[in-house]
Amino acid sequence: MDVELILKVYPYFLKAAVITVELSVLTTILGLICGALGTTARLSRFAIVRFLGAAYVSLFRGTPALIQLFLLYFGGPQIGIQLDAFSAGVIGLGLNIGAYMTETMRGAIISVDEGQGEAARTLGLSRAQSFRKVVLPQAMRLMIRPLGVNINAQIKGTALVSAISVVELTYTAQRYIGSTYKPFEMFFLAGILYLAIITITGKGVAYLDRRARLQ
Amino acid sequence: MTQTHPFVEIRHAQKSYGKLEVLKDISLTVERGQIVAIIGPSGSGKSTLLRAINDLDPLTAGEVWLDGLQVNKSLPHRQYEKHINEMRQQIGMVFQHFNLFPHLTVRENVTMAPKLLKKITDKEADTLAEEQLDHVGMLERIDYYPSQLSGGQKQRVAIARALAMKPKLMLFDEATSALDPELVEEVNLVMKKLAEEHMTMIIVTHEMDFAASVCDRVIFMDKGLVVEEGPPELVFKNPTQERTQAFLRKHLEGAK
Repeated sequence: MDVELILKVYPYFLKAAVITVELSVLTTILGLICGALGTTARLSRFAIVRFLGAAYVSLFRGTPALIQLFLLYFGGPQIGIQLDAFSAGVIGLGLNIGAYMTETMRGAIISVDEGQGEAARTLGLSRAQSFRKVVLPQAMRLMIRPLGVNINAQIKGTALVSAISVVELTYTAQRYIGSTYKPFEMFFLAGILYLAIITITGKGVAYLDRRARLQ
Repeated sequence: MTQTHPFVEIRHAQKSYGKLEVLKDISLTVERGQIVAIIGPSGSGKSTLLRAINDLDPLTAGEVWLDGLQVNKSLPHRQYEKHINEMRQQIGMVFQHFNLFPHLTVRENVTMAPKLLKKITDKEADTLAEEQLDHVGMLERIDYYPSQLSGGQKQRVAIARALAMKPKLMLFDEATSALDPELVEEVNLVMKKLAEEHMTMIIVTHEMDFAASVCDRVIFMDKGLVVEEGPPELVFKNPTQERTQAFLRKHLEGAK
């Protein structure tokens, strides 16, 4: 392994890692918003809204994320959607992970004991109050870990946007392979940086989970 | 205002899940301050009937009235929500599995609904919590979480939580069935105390002794029907219906 080469190029990789982190953060935020909206739709009392929620989930979980990105980035202009690669990446991945997050959030909410909502309603709380004050706080504790799993998958998923030429970690590695002909070193370095991002995120999730449990 | 009406009235209550008829035309009344026990084999519909009173399990047909107001009024969704929330504030309910809110302390369990619905101040809420918890003998556990309490203590807190809304009527759905035998008495004592304070109560129970000692009236249900009802000394000592006799015989044997 060419350690000297790694030491020479790693600052550029660090810069690329920042892009990967940016992508991850924005995608997570968008994913959480989509997840919350999707969950609301899935739990709506209107059948048509429930159907829309279910359609969103099955569409985005039922097709490859790469196809979704290509459709948005390459196919988008054909139907009047002009996006730069980075925005297309965030929106595409965000919508995709949002579908998974929808199922995670919904799962956590419906696994809160039915008696909890019943007790709240019995006291005279409205549906919204009972959800906000009783069901959601308990569901939140249940969803932190599985959402962490979603986020972990989604951070690794950002590698896909290299295919639409966003200059993040994977794309950078490929670029440096073109000039150095050292794929092992380049992918190894990229891999280490992904591992670092994932590890730090994992620690953050574990911390939030612990804190939620203590409350 | 001089019009007289029963305090609680159930008129021709029917409930079915598909083809399964859980309640078949039940009518009954409860007067203010009365304590009524509903007994019967499991699957007789007694819990369903109780849960129909605050519309937790809506009836398929029939009416429930409380103090001159229809609980299960048919209204457009929004209006109904507002109406039922107001009605439920007047009907306390205690569940078999307590259903305390595990993420809140005992104090918060008791004060959450009054704070949200009656807009009382934090100070008033604290006084209320102390009062209600003292009443059920749980004051010293005010800042504990439900997970730190025994079953009997949880149920006493659940009663305090329901009472904090100052309900006109209390419903007990097998409040002691999930408790270890040695913890039943502390909950029964609290219920007896409420009885002495003339709280109107409808109690679904398996405990015949408790029903006999506390209740003014016993209703025996089987297969979705009221088979027999009357004062406990009559229903327990001289049941007229064969099904009541069979149930009591079985139950008393089981208790030995």
